[in-house]
Amino acid sequence: MSRTVIPFGPQHPVLPEPIHLDLVVEDEKVIEARPSIGFVHRGLEKLVEKKDYVEFVYVAERICGICSFIHGQTYCQAIETIMDVQVPPRALYLRTVWGELSRIHSHLLWLGLMADAMGFESLFMHSWRVRERILNIVEATTGGRVIFSSCKIGGVRRDIEAEAITGILKEINEIEKDMRDVCKVFLDDSSAKARLCGVGVISKTDAYDLGCVGPMLRASGVSQDMRRLGYAAFMDIPVEPVTRSEGDCYARCAVRCEELLQSVRIIRTALAKIPAGEIAVKVTGNPNGETIARTEQPRGEVVYHIKANATKNLQRFRVRTPTFANLPAMLSILPGCELADVPIIVLTIDPCISCTER
Amino acid sequence: MSYFTMSKLALKWAFTKPVTTRYPFEPRQELAGSRGWLVFTDENCAYCNVCAKKCPTGAIVVNRAEKTLAIDHLSCITCGCCVEVCPKDSLGLIPSHGHSQVTKDHEVFQKTGKAST
Repeated sequence: MSRTVIPFGPQHPVLPEPIHLDLVVEDEKVIEARPSIGFVHRGLEKLVEKKDYVEFVYVAERICGICSFIHGQTYCQAIETIMDVQVPPRALYLRTVWGELSRIHSHLLWLGLMADAMGFESLFMHSWRVRERILNIVEATTGGRVIFSSCKIGGVRRDIEAEAITGILKEINEIEKDMRDVCKVFLDDSSAKARLCGVGVISKTDAYDLGCVGPMLRASGVSQDMRRLGYAAFMDIPVEPVTRSEGDCYARCAVRCEELLQSVRIIRTALAKIPAGEIAVKVTGNPNGETIARTEQPRGEVVYHIKANATKNLQRFRVRTPTFANLPAMLSILPGCELADVPIIVLTIDPCISCTER
Repeated sequence: MSYFTMSKLALKWAFTKPVTTRYPFEPRQELAGSRGWLVFTDENCAYCNVCAKKCPTGAIVVNRAEKTLAIDHLSCITCGCCVEVCPKDSLGLIPSHGHSQVTKDHEVFQKTGKAST
């Protein structure tokens, strides 16, 4: 049978960001997927030569629009490790709360995009309706809706007052009910299941060998979550990774749905246990040394490598983002699938191309 | 497997007040802590230039001799860094997102307190 090459992306209705795949198809079956990336490369890693290490927090936050807070947090953690800065416990708890809010809004965004990819427009609207309430909490507490700018080296910029904490807890309870309603449709509805179950299956061994991270890896049964390293307030708040064994698109969707509720529980615990005290310490001098920082972003593990030489500009800055780690797995599951399932499979890795290309 | 789960959700929301606002008849309610727009009040300003030095995008230009402070709103990322470092509390962030900047001019504040572009 003759083969046809179909270009998928970089501009495609289901893709929130530009990635290009050349799909080699035989009839309706995908035989091979050849990727090409690099459409949104901005040279942010090189920018460390221009911006000093304090200003660079703002650049790190702009690596990605969705996991911006966790990018800023990871960068700060790395610098704090090099400079041996003791961050006040209250700041660590606040970072945890904002990090989890960020995870919820990222997962809800993904659920909406997934519904859109399935052609389920009403579910897409409902997912984003719930997300809007999370963004309002974020805006009220940090000042920004997407770029929080609330994390700085040595702590955080803003505090959450006791009155606001009560308000957040009340709002979170309402949001949780809404989230359960939306997740129920994703997990129980017959039409959603028909599109997701058994599609894009990756085994536990393959997922691990191909270097998958985050929900992609957990959906294949590997219990791995960087929050167990105990950064921020996760030292006091234990996290049990959400895992599934099926390894298909439905499992990846189910992991993210369960993680929404897990994040709500973490926020509740963190706000209940938040200690009083300072929110930041003064940091002076320039960093000197080399370190690696790892955190769990909504899409998976992010690794920061930072090298400093006692000047105000860092010597080397390198980021390994979760989408970059998940791309080989995505390319391995595309061959053999139906052409109509390609958007679903591509979306289930939650591709963040801005992160990947920086 | 269950059927009509979405119908139940849609039905529930069909009889609920819309979550969207009727803009422009009903403008969006501003949130108190929001970082919307950088504003300057020259009452106490010593034109010390700290804000300009600390601004990560170089959006502020201070001229101490002429006592002027210029803000490039297209470069400003409303991070609040200048507000934090200002020793005289002359800079602030207001929650309003309603302002628009359509030209590349700086908003220049003279000592008189009047802004010009």
